[in-house]
Amino acid sequence: MTPAASGALALAAQVRAGERSAASVLEESLAAIRGRDPELHCFNALADAHARERADEVDRLVASGTDPGPLAGVPVALKDNICTRSAPTTCSSRILAGWTPPYDATVVSRLAAAGAVVVGKTNLDEFAMGSSTENSATGPTRNPWDTGRVPGGSSGGSAAAVAAGMVPVALGSDTGGSIRQPAALCGVVGVKPTYGVVSRYGLVAFASSLDQIGPLATTVAEAAAVLEAIAGHDDRDSTSLEQAAPRCSEVLDDGARGLRVGVVADFLADASPDCTGAVRAAADVLAGHGASVEEVALPELLHGLSAYYLIAPAEASSNLARYDGVRYGLRVDAPDVETMNGRTRAAGFGPEVKRRVMLGTYVLSAGYYDAYYAQAQRVRTLVARAFARAYAGVDVLLAPTTPSVAFPLGSKTSDPLEMYLADLFTIPSNLAGHPAMSVPFALGEGGMPVGVQVLAPALGERAMFRAAAVVESGADPRARGPVPARGAR
Amino acid sequence: MSGGARAGEDAAIEGVAGYEVVVGLEVHCELSTATKLFCGCANAFGAPPNTQVCPVCLGLPGSLPVLNRRAVELAMRIGSALHCEIRPSTFHRKNYFYPDMPKDYQISQYDEPVNADGYLELPGGARVGIERAHIEEDTGKTTHVGGGGRIHDADHSLVDYNRAGVPLVEIVSRPDIRGAEQARSYVSELRAVLVATGASDGRMEEGSLRVDANVSVRREGSEGLGTRCEVKNLNSLRSLGRAIDFEAERQVAVLRSGGRVVQETRHWDEDEGRTSSMRSKEEANDYRYFAEPDLVPLVPDEELLERATRAMPVLPAARRVRLSALVGDDTAADQVTTVVDLGLDDLVVAAAALGADASLALRRAANEAAQRPEQARRIDAGVFARLLSLESAGTLSATQSKAVLAEVLESGGDPEEIARRLGFEALPAAELEAVLDEVVASHPAEWERYVGGDDKVAQLLTGLVMRATRGRANGKAVAAALASRRA
Repeated sequence: MTPAASGALALAAQVRAGERSAASVLEESLAAIRGRDPELHCFNALADAHARERADEVDRLVASGTDPGPLAGVPVALKDNICTRSAPTTCSSRILAGWTPPYDATVVSRLAAAGAVVVGKTNLDEFAMGSSTENSATGPTRNPWDTGRVPGGSSGGSAAAVAAGMVPVALGSDTGGSIRQPAALCGVVGVKPTYGVVSRYGLVAFASSLDQIGPLATTVAEAAAVLEAIAGHDDRDSTSLEQAAPRCSEVLDDGARGLRVGVVADFLADASPDCTGAVRAAADVLAGHGASVEEVALPELLHGLSAYYLIAPAEASSNLARYDGVRYGLRVDAPDVETMNGRTRAAGFGPEVKRRVMLGTYVLSAGYYDAYYAQAQRVRTLVARAFARAYAGVDVLLAPTTPSVAFPLGSKTSDPLEMYLADLFTIPSNLAGHPAMSVPFALGEGGMPVGVQVLAPALGERAMFRAAAVVESGADPRARGPVPARGAR
Repeated sequence: MSGGARAGEDAAIEGVAGYEVVVGLEVHCELSTATKLFCGCANAFGAPPNTQVCPVCLGLPGSLPVLNRRAVELAMRIGSALHCEIRPSTFHRKNYFYPDMPKDYQISQYDEPVNADGYLELPGGARVGIERAHIEEDTGKTTHVGGGGRIHDADHSLVDYNRAGVPLVEIVSRPDIRGAEQARSYVSELRAVLVATGASDGRMEEGSLRVDANVSVRREGSEGLGTRCEVKNLNSLRSLGRAIDFEAERQVAVLRSGGRVVQETRHWDEDEGRTSSMRSKEEANDYRYFAEPDLVPLVPDEELLERATRAMPVLPAARRVRLSALVGDDTAADQVTTVVDLGLDDLVVAAAALGADASLALRRAANEAAQRPEQARRIDAGVFARLLSLESAGTLSATQSKAVLAEVLESGGDPEEIARRLGFEALPAAELEAVLDEVVASHPAEWERYVGGDDKVAQLLTGLVMRATRGRANGKAVAAALASRRA
């Protein structure tokens, strides 16, 4: 059995009880990675030497009677935009190839404090810009359900690693759906927490006002456990919330009785029948467990996509300015510094990053700011107001995570706008700073997994996890990773 | 006028007659915090390059800024001292590429600065409006090696990031300053305020205080503002004055020759004594300001406001008022300014409170003590007061008093003792009369003229007495003795 198949919580319980060693769990994980990664390319780098030290440390703690923490010995994969001392952090970009940060992200320290063992860094769309993990300087990741299809993105490496059973849990980052969309496409659970619940310190910024780190796991309970380990105020992140992070594990058995659920009607028309059907079936499951279910009209949410593709590139154009060849990463030499900057960036960034940096630079320019960036901020406010209207009457919203199941590799790479539509249903939660998560629910077209999205208002994680646990209980168990190796179909 | 325009750029050297020079100043002040604006690195001048750096101030990927509350407090102190409205504010990113700027954007304040709408009162009473005084981070420091030290000809460049992220307050004046002299006066007054509030050490030579000047000219009597040029690289009060003079003359020459002034940024060359164009408005950066998403709005809470304004020291303008009122002499304004600038006003005030003559105390402080300000700030007010009393009572002549003061400043000690050691015993009346007898006897013609009512000759006679007593006689006593003899 792979570590993922055992489940993170079962593994941690065994390690804490001294029934299994963290070292053996790690070796199983590394073996699974060696077995499947050449085909899937989930990982950019392994931190195996450091991971072995960490696992031994966990085992020593257990032997000495000290509890290593709730995730004792659990192997975790980190999206390669989360800074680690133990392995390079490249954002799947040539411009950061080989760069090892001199510090750990806050989530890395918190995982360590919880006893988890970081095994390596997973592939992503360069700087998290994309929805298929094809925009990677290290090559695309493949979907373990069907290696001819994409795993989604940008946290495609993390989602595929969990779905393939290499690790039981992983961390991703979600700026416009980058955790939830690949989770849905790979048949795993993916959570984007409320903005500010998880520290961004050490997360390489894409769009700072939207980025949020969150867990990917095979079950809702494991996702809750990982979220609790990494959440909470951090003095190093000024946007980190002061409030204590919501405790989600304790509500998983609370059922749906009395829960008020809204189905986002506007999204159903834009999704494929298998995705729409999954949402309706999930709503029935919730109703069957005593929730009240109603459809809500939120047409403003569909405008979120346009606003997002102005705000996120604007912030990205500024966040990515520092990759100038002066201090770290790639440098292409030139006679003067401006030329060096230009050549370095031309050689270091891939086409999608360049597209967004140019778009973002344009929308912030004098003379265009009001028409684009300021207008997008107004739309962002409209989206937040629409959500507020809905949450006056319901506790959570139900929606498709994606418009369709995983699509074939290469099918959308030539049309950026088509690719951007993959995030249509996930973007509004980022704009509002709300939590949302994807739960694998059914099999759809081509036997591929379909996810259902549960959305909640800011700091509404407890209601969200409650609903998600009920949805999970009514899901088709075949829709959930890990999946055995099957290859392309 | 210094720094006249030279042939080559603009030939005309006719001064600025008929024109008014209008100046607005942007002063960057490094705050005296222990740590940088957004991280825990030391804020200290002079450490070996790149030893005071961390992931945050190096702008490493994934790092985030956390605002230093002490810097906010000092910025608010500056605002308070400049009579600004202190208000809720936000941070923006100012985007442009430069190697010494680690993130290739500067975190600054844009449309919502912490301090707005204040003024600075100059010695003499003129008020210069302060548009804003906002918080921002400093950049690193680039040294261009080879090729004359300018970026475009250099062989290579070295960057020191120790200064990157040091907290600055940029104080932007309104264009209320008229000419070079007032600009210098503004900066030295502002410097005094910044030092007094404890916000800055005010060291221009270490770059703690950096000044850019916006200079324009207009026809005397006209109301509108002319096109301005921003002059950079002003490293001292002297360069500030010279650069403004040069730039104003250059602009007037352009206008006189029928041209128009082009809005641009100009570089002051101290050695050449001239400004030259750095970049025009068209070439200027589009900074693409937008709200900094990594920081939350700065809403000053009561505690911070209280700390910022608590124990605000008496500022130079108020100290001048206090001193002028004490001496009650409008003609002593220059001495008052000097004494306040040198921080000797407390000494004068304290000596007066101990019974010393306030005017005399001001005079001795502004002239003699001002030669040794460091030592003067350390002398005991009681000692100063006793010395002044000796002089007022006629026990010491003015010359003797100055000599004793010099000794007190040099090595301290008791004024009476020093006077005795220097042989400044008061001249006994009998001895003075004897000397007078000799002087009258040896200069009968002068004495006749004096007796005949020619007071101008009294000075000569007094001088002769002084010489004969080797300065031991008191001038007032001599004058009295002469007068009583004539009567």
